Amino acid sequence: MLNSLMSYLGSSVTPGEAGNQLWALIYVLIIFTGVSVAVIAMNWLERKALAHFQVRLGPMRVGPHGLLQPIADAVKLLLKEDIIPSEADKFVFWIAPLIGLLASFTVYTVVPFGPSQAVSDMNIGILFMLGVSSLGVLGIVMAGWASNSHYPLIGALRSSAQMVSYEVAMGLAVVSAILMTSLNQTGTGTLSMIGIVQAQQEQHVWFLFKFFPLGAIAFVIFAIAMVAETNRAPFDLAEAESELTAGFHTEYSGLRWSLFMLAEYAAMIAVSSIAVALWLGGWMRPFSHWLSGGAWDFVFSLFPGLTFLGLAAIAIRGTIRMPKHSLFRIQTIGLGAFAAVLSGIGLLLLGIAVGARAGDHVALARSADALNNVYWFVMKIAVFMYMFIWYRATWPRYRFDQLMSVGWKVMLPISLGVLIVTAIVGVIVG
Amino acid sequence: MTAETKNATNALSNLDLETPEKPYLDSNELIINMGPQHPATHGVLRVILKLDGEKVLGTECVIGYLHRGVEKIAENRTYTMFNPYVDRMDYVAAVSNGLGYCQAVEKLLNVEAPPRANYIRVILTELNRIASHQLWLGTHALDIGAMTPLFYTFRDREEILKIFEKYCGARLTTHAFRIGGCQYETYAGFEREVKEFVAFVKPKIDEYEELLTTNRIWLERTKNVGVISAEDAIALGVTGPVLRASGVKWDIRKALPYANYSEFDFEIPIGENGDTYDRYLVRMAEMRQSLRIIEQAVERIPEGPIMAKVPKVIKPAAGEIYHSIEAPKGELGYFIVSDGSTQPYRLRVRPPSFVNLQALDIMVRGLLVADVVAVIGTLDIVLGEVDR
Amino acid sequence: MVEKYRHQYGSGLEAQSYLGQNYFSVDRSLIPNFLKLLRDEEQFDYCVDITAVHYPKREKQFEVIWILYSFARNERVRVKTQIVDGESVASAVPLWATANWLEREVYDMFGIKFDGHPDLKRILLPDGWKGFPLRKDYGILQQDQEWVQINLGIESGQ
Repeated sequence: MLNSLMSYLGSSVTPGEAGNQLWALIYVLIIFTGVSVAVIAMNWLERKALAHFQVRLGPMRVGPHGLLQPIADAVKLLLKEDIIPSEADKFVFWIAPLIGLLASFTVYTVVPFGPSQAVSDMNIGILFMLGVSSLGVLGIVMAGWASNSHYPLIGALRSSAQMVSYEVAMGLAVVSAILMTSLNQTGTGTLSMIGIVQAQQEQHVWFLFKFFPLGAIAFVIFAIAMVAETNRAPFDLAEAESELTAGFHTEYSGLRWSLFMLAEYAAMIAVSSIAVALWLGGWMRPFSHWLSGGAWDFVFSLFPGLTFLGLAAIAIRGTIRMPKHSLFRIQTIGLGAFAAVLSGIGLLLLGIAVGARAGDHVALARSADALNNVYWFVMKIAVFMYMFIWYRATWPRYRFDQLMSVGWKVMLPISLGVLIVTAIVGVIVG
Repeated sequence: MTAETKNATNALSNLDLETPEKPYLDSNELIINMGPQHPATHGVLRVILKLDGEKVLGTECVIGYLHRGVEKIAENRTYTMFNPYVDRMDYVAAVSNGLGYCQAVEKLLNVEAPPRANYIRVILTELNRIASHQLWLGTHALDIGAMTPLFYTFRDREEILKIFEKYCGARLTTHAFRIGGCQYETYAGFEREVKEFVAFVKPKIDEYEELLTTNRIWLERTKNVGVISAEDAIALGVTGPVLRASGVKWDIRKALPYANYSEFDFEIPIGENGDTYDRYLVRMAEMRQSLRIIEQAVERIPEGPIMAKVPKVIKPAAGEIYHSIEAPKGELGYFIVSDGSTQPYRLRVRPPSFVNLQALDIMVRGLLVADVVAVIGTLDIVLGEVDR
Repeated sequence: MVEKYRHQYGSGLEAQSYLGQNYFSVDRSLIPNFLKLLRDEEQFDYCVDITAVHYPKREKQFEVIWILYSFARNERVRVKTQIVDGESVASAVPLWATANWLEREVYDMFGIKFDGHPDLKRILLPDGWKGFPLRKDYGILQQDQEWVQINLGIESGQ
């Protein structure tokens, strides 16, 4: 029985197929916790990175280097009084953050962390993703309307107009990537997220570099549109604090407000994962075609472990540089423990990679594979996350009408042109 | 009794509005209340906006939330006692306020501050101008959505405040000058520190410009926004960088020199279009010109007394005087009427922020809500001075 | 310049100077024309300030003062007029737009009315304020005491 369970768990069938509901459930749980943890990490990282961009330290008090700050924030938000304005539409006010949250988390059902590491492999994956992620605007509009107040209303109108107009350019850019998937022997493309990454695998090229610069232009358009789509700086008009105090969530506080925050960051990760899957080769490691072969595979499979060891090294450096004062003892111990945990994870991952190379153990090799896939996918997303922070530190905010004119007069024609040219080139080459 | 009635009638009558009886969604025009508690109104300014969608049809400023009756206080204090009060008007340029007041009283007494005092005054006032412009730049950029310049400018402004603190013990409301000169001699190493500061801040100003001047979004947000023509600016009595950005080459330091500004070599930067971007450029250039003045002043600072012969009890002869200086925000004037006693009979402050703020309405009509905050920022108002 | 206008206006105009600053004392009835003249013909195109002083012992209690500046001549001049309590002065808003708020402030602080002002109401103080604070007979404590009496019910108001 154990054997049958093992074989069941170890099955590498495409996710979502019959008989794999257990794995799907496990993935749902993993992704839910994983994304929540990622949002918390992102919260800390954003505050720290932004602080260092701006010649200040950021959170330093709660935990060593403010590592526990997100937890303190979360506790504060959960314990805060839950205020619903008396003039608000109570039901809509209550349900709006949930819709936003639901929309951004549902997207993850089709995010392909690996060839078999996904909750489901819908054959209309990308459509599902775009459709569900644009539902997020519903939550924002509902929040703005239900608050029954001027600033939230203006914020909600701004963000709905913005999201709708940028979705067009975004969709056209996506279509040009999908066109590229059909450039194979059979001439059939795919809308499945896993299928799109596999098409890049077969064509030995990330779609970013396909028909250079066509793929790159489509990618840049998508990268801009996704910032607008998630209402992040420099397109954060919906919550422009200098104009609209806090935009659509002005009237929200405590838990409900934190749900909006969670939804926003989850949506950022979700759209980044679309970009990664469509243009950056999804779970593929860099140079998988040029530097192929077992030896190179092994070298790249060391990266996850090395990353954690590198983080551990930074933490150890921080531990050593802690002031030698009794007041800092607990912090020093905490940071040291954190470093120990990180290096433990790093060593474990290295062990798996080395073990998979050395022995013939199937399960080990399979898990090393899965680790690599997830690692590269997450690392690519992390780059986008860093870019989000970087944008925020660098740029002023666009004005509403300028944003719209950029969307309709620049992005839309370019993405349309790229689509047409891609189609023509595809016909000639393919 | 007071605040409520003000909200209800004062605010809305000028725009000829009726309180919408239907819910907001049904009305064609939206009236929103920006402030007095709002992140971008730089204090307790309240602007009532009449909007069509996001377009501004009209504005009305409601001010006075910070009114402390400075002019009435002056009538109940001696000339010396009133001196620290002026710091509390434009609190980011307290040194300039003090200079204007002290010089006005000196003029009334018919005394002249000694040369060394004048040099110290010029150095501190110009440092203060830079500090004020830095604060303006940081908050203005923050209003437009660029977070980072705020921290850069505050980092560098700190160095100026350190010099102030070392000189007179206070960082913000300095009370640095006295009627007749300065109370404190410069501390050891003052000249060196000022020189170091000049060398330190020059590349920093380039750094701010690098972030903003050619930034595409910054250009789009500031060019042709809040335009005011030279004629309008003069008719509205707008002064300072706002006037100069409209192309009027007028600076009291050159036109009617006070202290010893006539001894220094500097230029008056002007703009062409009178838009927000020009005002930004003018202020950036002014910071550099201030550095030039400081450099020259530190080089040439003479030895000598720092206090003129002023009677212990200041009792100017009956008469009246108007004296104004070029504060960082514009013409800061003091009109003092003396009746021969130790207290001013009447003291009127001509506040640059108050007068400049009046131009807000014509500058923002037809623009969008986002531009209103940009224009409030570019006017560089300090509510302590608007309301006094 | 002074002679020219003295000739025109006769005894209603007087030119004086104190500590090198020039000012005109003008009769109230001549104010609108004289200000217009200064702006149009003498190029005093910038109205620096409008303010007032209260002399309770004089027969004409209030002195209203316009401070003008000419960019072309680089010269500052003051125009003064004396009025009795309750009299109004012509508004300068048609001449200089900046006079709007400045006159409102004078009204707010002294209770001097300006004829032809588009929207003469209090500016710094709330609308319901009683009295005009910069008049010499205005007691500083009176407003506070009244508020305390009404809202806190303390008879002494302290």
